Amino acid sequence: MTAVLAPPPRGPVREGGRPGPRRTRTADHLAGWGFAAPAMVVISLFGLVPVVWSFVLSFQETDLTSPGTFAGGANYAKLAQDPMFWDAARRTLVYTVLFVPITMVLALPIAVLLNQRIRGITLYRMAVFVPLVTSTVATGIVFSWLGNPQFGLVNALLQGIGLPKQGFFQDPGQALYVVVGMTVWGWLGFAVIIFLAALQNVPQDLMEASALDGCGRLQSFWHVELPQAAPASGFLLVWLTINGLQLFDQVYVTTKGGPLRATTVLVYHLYNEAFVSFDGGYAAAIGCVVFLVILVFTVVQLRFNRRTSHFEVR
Amino acid sequence: MTALQVRRRSRRPSALHLILLPISLVMIAPLVWMVLVSFSTQAEARRFPPGLPSGLEWHNYADAWNDVPLGSWLYNSTVVSVVCVVGNLVLCSLAGYAFARIRFIGGRVAFLAILATLMVPFQIVMLPLLIMVREVGLSDTLGALIAPNLATAFGVFLMRQFFMTVPRELEEAARIDGASRLRILLQVLLPLMRPTLATLAVLTFLQTWNDFLWPLIAIHSPGSMTVQIGLQSFQGAHTTNWPKLMAGTVLSQVPVLLVFFVAQRFFVRSVASVGIK
Repeated sequence: MTAVLAPPPRGPVREGGRPGPRRTRTADHLAGWGFAAPAMVVISLFGLVPVVWSFVLSFQETDLTSPGTFAGGANYAKLAQDPMFWDAARRTLVYTVLFVPITMVLALPIAVLLNQRIRGITLYRMAVFVPLVTSTVATGIVFSWLGNPQFGLVNALLQGIGLPKQGFFQDPGQALYVVVGMTVWGWLGFAVIIFLAALQNVPQDLMEASALDGCGRLQSFWHVELPQAAPASGFLLVWLTINGLQLFDQVYVTTKGGPLRATTVLVYHLYNEAFVSFDGGYAAAIGCVVFLVILVFTVVQLRFNRRTSHFEVR
Repeated sequence: MTALQVRRRSRRPSALHLILLPISLVMIAPLVWMVLVSFSTQAEARRFPPGLPSGLEWHNYADAWNDVPLGSWLYNSTVVSVVCVVGNLVLCSLAGYAFARIRFIGGRVAFLAILATLMVPFQIVMLPLLIMVREVGLSDTLGALIAPNLATAFGVFLMRQFFMTVPRELEEAARIDGASRLRILLQVLLPLMRPTLATLAVLTFLQTWNDFLWPLIAIHSPGSMTVQIGLQSFQGAHTTNWPKLMAGTVLSQVPVLLVFFVAQRFFVRSVASVGIK
């Protein structure tokens, strides 16, 4: 998605007599590290070191407050046999498999609509984007009210069309799907922006050419715009999946993993193990597994993407 | 041909409004009801089917403000967000410039290492992070929320991409005049960087303001809570008083909504350049 500029033509390297190339180089190294060091320190201290540390923790027995003891692969053995882990993994999978495609399928037509130059389009765009800046806590609180079984707005709408009241967050059979709906609302604007950026990169002459060839609006969408948006969907698939696998905030605010653990997804299980059961080593092991899944998925998807996309989004 | 197209397009809108209007209403409905409930009486908020409030119960806002330390939560969130925005603007510009313009030993490896952290989920980082802040005595302080977010991999990446697009000739003239790199950065490049800096600022602000999981585990005392965590504890304690809770929720969202409306252009750009939330 980023502009890759061709390196500027250099000509003969070092034209013009710069004095003492060696001195300049040392100065370059110093300047480079001097400029980069502050950010490097923050990012490696809080972004890289903890990854290794977490891996170490996952082989320990620790409550995170006192020094841990080496436990070998005990945490991973526990994980393999922990039915709660596998249940959480299954729910995470169900959630992600619903959340990602629903968001993408809804976002593409909306992006096409928002790409038209009509009166009031700025307002429509704002309406679609505004949930993105709404915090997960505010989203959770508002949806708890909207989906309240006794007096929520959604039940009023259901009754309006003759359907019975539902339990939503309080119904073990529905809660996970309600969380899907809530997070789709929160992420839709993001997917729309990504698609919109891709669509706006479709060269205008390509659209005009297809119109000249007698393509209707729908046909040009299908044959011209959609292929152009393909790399964007690859990116979205990765990004939404990564975020779907990490679902936590919205569950914490609305259902606390319930009812009857119906919304206890992987990261919620991790949180429980670390901060309710104080089993830090086991929680770290869960974290490492989530990381591994994300890593494998991302690498495979990026490979696949590179092979299949003929059009690069500029 | 183009004239034909233009005419055809100008007649189309009416139909599109019929689709776009309902979509927009569905998207903003939850926020509209958030505001409506915040002005309702308690009875109105629990009435079925729900309707419009009969009057404006402003006291819900006063009650929320007085019942919980909403003022200090908002203050804490502001401090954390503003410091992180400034930190990101400064540190990411410096590093981005170095990675784009200076060839130095280990520079490429360092940049790749930074990029790699973009893939690391926060849940794997947070447990060691918790131990670290405790060891240095930052536990339960705003410092614990600020330090890890002073510079972000995404910010460095964004700034580097920006510097790659600036023609070298711009700096070369200044270099020949003997200006130092820092002076070039401040006096030649900074004026060009404004839109990119605005993008980074908006993104960092929204992210730190809305951050949830890290403050949730790093902060315990009400006095150090950010508004998101405070609101969450408020919700746990006052689920029965919906209008008051919604009033607090509205107040917690006012700053991000302001940023969104004022800087929408930069917001859209920041999302388009890589995701938030």
